[in-house]
Amino acid sequence: MDMDQVKQTFIAECRELLEAMEEALLGLEDQAEPAESINAIFRAVHTIKGSAGLFGLDPIVRFAHTVESVMDRVRGGQLALGGELVGLFLACHDHLVALIQGISAGEAEPEGLAAEGDRLLEALVPWLEGSVATLAEPVRPEVAARPGGTRDHWHLSVRFAPTVLQLGMDPLSFVRFLGTLGRMVHMHAILDGLPAGGAFDPEQCYLGLEMDLETDADRKTLEDVFEFVREESRVRLIPPQAKVEEYLALIRELPDEEHLLGEILVAGGCITEYDLAEALRVQREEEDGRKVGTILVQDQDVPAPVVAAALEKQKKAQDRQAGELKIVKVSADKLDKLVDLVGELVIAGASAQTRAAGARDGSLLESLTVVNKLVEEIRDNALSLRMVQIGETFARFRRVVRDVSKELGKAIDLEVQGAETELDKSIVEKLADPLMHIVRNAIDHGIETLEVRRARGKPDTGSLALNAFHESGSIVIEVSDDGGGLDRARILRKAVERGLVQEGAELSDAEINAMIFEPGFSTAAAVTNLSGRGVGMDVVRRNIDELRGTIEVESYEGAGTTIRLRLPLTLAIIDGFMVGVGDTTYVVPLDMIIECLDLGPFLESEENHLINLRGEVLPFLRLREVLGSPGERPARERVVVVQFGETRAGIVVDRLLGEFQTVIKPLGSLFQHLRGVGGSTILGSGRVALVLDVPQLVQLASESRAHPGRDLPALSTNR
Amino acid sequence: MLTFIRSGPVLKLEGELTIFEAGEARARLREELHQAPLELDLSGVTEVDTAGIQVLLWLKREGKAAGTPVPFGNHSPAVVEVLDLLHLTGAFGDTLVIAPTSHPS
Repeated sequence: MDMDQVKQTFIAECRELLEAMEEALLGLEDQAEPAESINAIFRAVHTIKGSAGLFGLDPIVRFAHTVESVMDRVRGGQLALGGELVGLFLACHDHLVALIQGISAGEAEPEGLAAEGDRLLEALVPWLEGSVATLAEPVRPEVAARPGGTRDHWHLSVRFAPTVLQLGMDPLSFVRFLGTLGRMVHMHAILDGLPAGGAFDPEQCYLGLEMDLETDADRKTLEDVFEFVREESRVRLIPPQAKVEEYLALIRELPDEEHLLGEILVAGGCITEYDLAEALRVQREEEDGRKVGTILVQDQDVPAPVVAAALEKQKKAQDRQAGELKIVKVSADKLDKLVDLVGELVIAGASAQTRAAGARDGSLLESLTVVNKLVEEIRDNALSLRMVQIGETFARFRRVVRDVSKELGKAIDLEVQGAETELDKSIVEKLADPLMHIVRNAIDHGIETLEVRRARGKPDTGSLALNAFHESGSIVIEVSDDGGGLDRARILRKAVERGLVQEGAELSDAEINAMIFEPGFSTAAAVTNLSGRGVGMDVVRRNIDELRGTIEVESYEGAGTTIRLRLPLTLAIIDGFMVGVGDTTYVVPLDMIIECLDLGPFLESEENHLINLRGEVLPFLRLREVLGSPGERPARERVVVVQFGETRAGIVVDRLLGEFQTVIKPLGSLFQHLRGVGGSTILGSGRVALVLDVPQLVQLASESRAHPGRDLPALSTNR
Repeated sequence: MLTFIRSGPVLKLEGELTIFEAGEARARLREELHQAPLELDLSGVTEVDTAGIQVLLWLKREGKAAGTPVPFGNHSPAVVEVLDLLHLTGAFGDTLVIAPTSHPS
């Protein structure tokens, strides 16, 4: 066998177990009945210890052993599992992760980890029984004796067939042999069946035995004792309580493959092949057809919990298999390739349509409409393949919130909503870091210390909420805390200090809030371990900018802050709407468009760039001016009313050209700083069109309204 | 090979009392029981198996049923071993005296 490969399997297994352990640990505090989780943690550590022993990985064995010993006391009810102990176990978990990581990197005990291991072991010692446990010697977890009907030995019940004596077998020899396997604790010979008078046939066997045997032998061994008589005789083996637990553990550790119930029980060692065959035979013979599990419990004294565990295992395996059938793992590369191809298909389709329209070929246009409809469906399907739920990302924050809040001595509840909201996988990946930063920030700076909270009359436990939902073609992710909110006075002071704003400048709340995203802008009074190290929200904003998203801060002094990220659902293909300015065509993402109008009738104020949309006054901007297009304004201008988030604005263009499926190609690095334009696309005619960055344009339009008379900044830096 | 030596009430069994002798032993003991009182001297039993034990128990019960209990005595080591093995000493209700020379009570 290839040792390397075996080791890889070991590492993968350990990682899985450690993940399960962490999950169980985190779940512990919320559970009324934590027994199952405790067992899961114990099993994980136990299995890791065992496997590590096989590879001679002594540091892991030693460490896991001590963790296991403490865990065993928890399991036995000798220790209560409080927050402190959970924290310690989490730290131990992390250490195990680091150790396993070291092994996968090829080191038995990586430098620097030994000290951490010693520290943790020391921390574990007070939880151990007595004082210092011997660390090297593995201790088998003893199953504590339970009150009420504890059996710690096998019970063997045998009714010999009448013919065994004639067949040359003497039941006494079985008894003698059993004596060599262990200690006969109790023996009761049953001879009630011995007939009186002439009915007694001295060559028939009337003997029955009820025996309690204290032994380490497994079921198979015991059963083999009776191998030659069991055809006709009735042999029942009832395992000791300790065995039952062992079976349960074994069954749970079986790999999740589809098995028949009987096979699971046989593999767990709680019944033998023979028992199974017997049960199946009984099942075949019975008319009412009891289930195999029922037969085993009722006729063969297989403990009901064992059968239940096996059934559960079987169900799990079936569920998993059903799940496997539904899910096919595909590498992300293949998916990206597919999306790329669909993009090309969209472009080619548009090109064909343009040509058909040019040739005025009606029937060709008709066929192409069908083709385009199909392409559209394929596009949607291909894109949905890359959609993943955000819940997985959210789930990671449970640990973060727990750790950080413990570190800071703040009690914080994390609430997650909209975990099933889907968004593009590539966005999710890039979102993890900024989100992490925001969450840490909220815990560190947002939620106040216990004393402050009490003084403000807030509940002791702070709350942090993660929420995700879809809104007009974007996904919105909110991180809300019920902390102190932003201190605007201080932010403004700091901004003045740094020369970001003029002394005495009047800024709106939103503008002040937005200051926290300026580079190097930290208002933390104390630089903590977590945040306030200069790497601040500006990095978050840059990350979100790269995703063509926006950040919004909503903060109420003393009541809390909500940071709202708004991101496009996907980066690749959108439904677009073509507009023309001069000779150039631009594309506006369709799902951001509210309506299209003539400018003339709605113009409210040319000077202030305002339109009046049925009573609602909206800012507008002329794309021609923003992008510095050459040429004259046409007599009849059109307005495309767009919405991003809660803000609406009008974009004035020369012509409306209609819908168009758009494959967004990123702009080269040369055009990275071009504001107002988010990408490019290829039109059916083969020409290039720019995709407008609506969020930026909306923001620009709002700013120009907030500061009437201020010159529009020149957006195009390359002209 | 099993032989029966009757002297007064005492019937001494000598030899093996196993499945091979069980039929014969039962037939003989049934006859001997008719000549109550009967006592069994087991000192000469060199081997006993389940069948033998069954015959002895049967005799015990038959005697009791007939109102003429049959005490056993002078259990040989082979008999004692089997009675111990099956925890059957109580069922037979005899005093076990290991010394083979002592007489049945």
